[in-house]
Amino acid sequence: MQMTRLCRLLVPLAALAAVLARTASAAVLPDDRADLFYSKYSGGGMDITGESVSARKKFTENFALDYSYFIDKVSGASVDVLSQASVIKDERKQNTVNMTLVHDKTTYSLSYSNSIERDYISNTPHASLSQDMFGDLTTVTLGFGRTRDKVGENNGTAFVPNVAWLGHAESRSYELGFSQILTRNWITSLNFNVITDDGYLANPYRSIRYLDPTAAKGYSLGSQIYPDTRTSTAVEIRTKYYLPYRAAAALSYRYFRDTWSIVADTFEFDYTQPISNLWILEGRFRYYQQSHASFYSDLFPFANSQNYMARDKDLAASKNYTLGAKATYAFLPEGWKLFKRGTATLDVSEIRFKYLDFTDIKDYDNTPAGGNFAPGDEPLYHFNAVIYQLYLSMFF
Amino acid sequence: MRNLRAASVLIGVLLLTACSGGIQPWVKPYERDRLADPIMVWDRDATSAAYLDHVYESREGSRGGTGSAGGGCGCN
Repeated sequence: MQMTRLCRLLVPLAALAAVLARTASAAVLPDDRADLFYSKYSGGGMDITGESVSARKKFTENFALDYSYFIDKVSGASVDVLSQASVIKDERKQNTVNMTLVHDKTTYSLSYSNSIERDYISNTPHASLSQDMFGDLTTVTLGFGRTRDKVGENNGTAFVPNVAWLGHAESRSYELGFSQILTRNWITSLNFNVITDDGYLANPYRSIRYLDPTAAKGYSLGSQIYPDTRTSTAVEIRTKYYLPYRAAAALSYRYFRDTWSIVADTFEFDYTQPISNLWILEGRFRYYQQSHASFYSDLFPFANSQNYMARDKDLAASKNYTLGAKATYAFLPEGWKLFKRGTATLDVSEIRFKYLDFTDIKDYDNTPAGGNFAPGDEPLYHFNAVIYQLYLSMFF
Repeated sequence: MRNLRAASVLIGVLLLTACSGGIQPWVKPYERDRLADPIMVWDRDATSAAYLDHVYESREGSRGGTGSAGGGCGCN
């Protein structure tokens, strides 16, 4: 019903976008580019390395193909998994193909993404349409994506897996974006995104806990039960300003809410400073806060006390801060043979996660060695994560 | 949903007002050299931006609105 209403709004806007199309200068595809990417994430009991190759090639002035391959290797497990399961080793492989076609002031884009883990398979076709208008000061973008997930649980070990497939989930993403040039130095954009989910939405590796006087620790663990549906709305506004001495400052804010009663705010500030034509330095600060889902509790009063129950820390009330620094060095500033430019980039970020109603039951319990905490009185969980990204980019 | 509907209607009205001829493009094509500078691109490095979005979406309860799509769980 909600989607029907959204479509009633989107269809006239799409028609309006088509009517406004004029035949002056056309939209332009970006330069060809190839990237080698490496990342490392450490924090919260997990180490994840990521490797990627990607390439974008224009075949004509108005048609381009993109391809990217990404592999994540995970070892360890987050605290809410480690409290009841052994250390996990897993990998995720993702292939994405994207086709872009420019016709006059309209850009059409079609992509398909496939992601495979031992216990999780995900496929996403996505389509979008962008229209430049008002002397190319305004760009309107409409997008739609549909993701189908197959969700399983590995009951074996890291080396001898035994995956039980638990169910499917399907999500649809509806996107509407406006980008507006405000002055010769200032650009801003507004993005709306509604996502609907249906199916198996729980994380099978996480458990609830409930008070149990018969248990040695005073509590027992049980299965999470999630609703089968979820609808979320995100609205983001971002703005970027060109400073007089050739630098750029960007601000963004995103408001999020969903039918699970999670409300979240995200603020981000980025500053970009080039030095000659060899270096681009960038600093980033991000702040995030969210309220907990209506069916989340760190400790339920007894087993089966609610229809829906979760103790996934992603659904707890939390906040986090990110500080990031990025340096890009042009090792081929004037190009070489068929290459127009070559750059190397190092990006380092630290994220500090703090949970407001999720306690650390891995490190603390009611034994003398665990600090003698009664169930529910354990210290709140927090952790820091460090992310390194290193990549080589060739433009041609 | 109500917020989304109200905002969409407001933007639609603004677009129609602009179409009626009252507003002319005020930044000419030859005045866009600064906006064309690579430092003014929203996400200069798409792979890195998509990777960071995935890092956050796997650890936070919210999602979407950032203009990039991802897949998979990666959430153990």
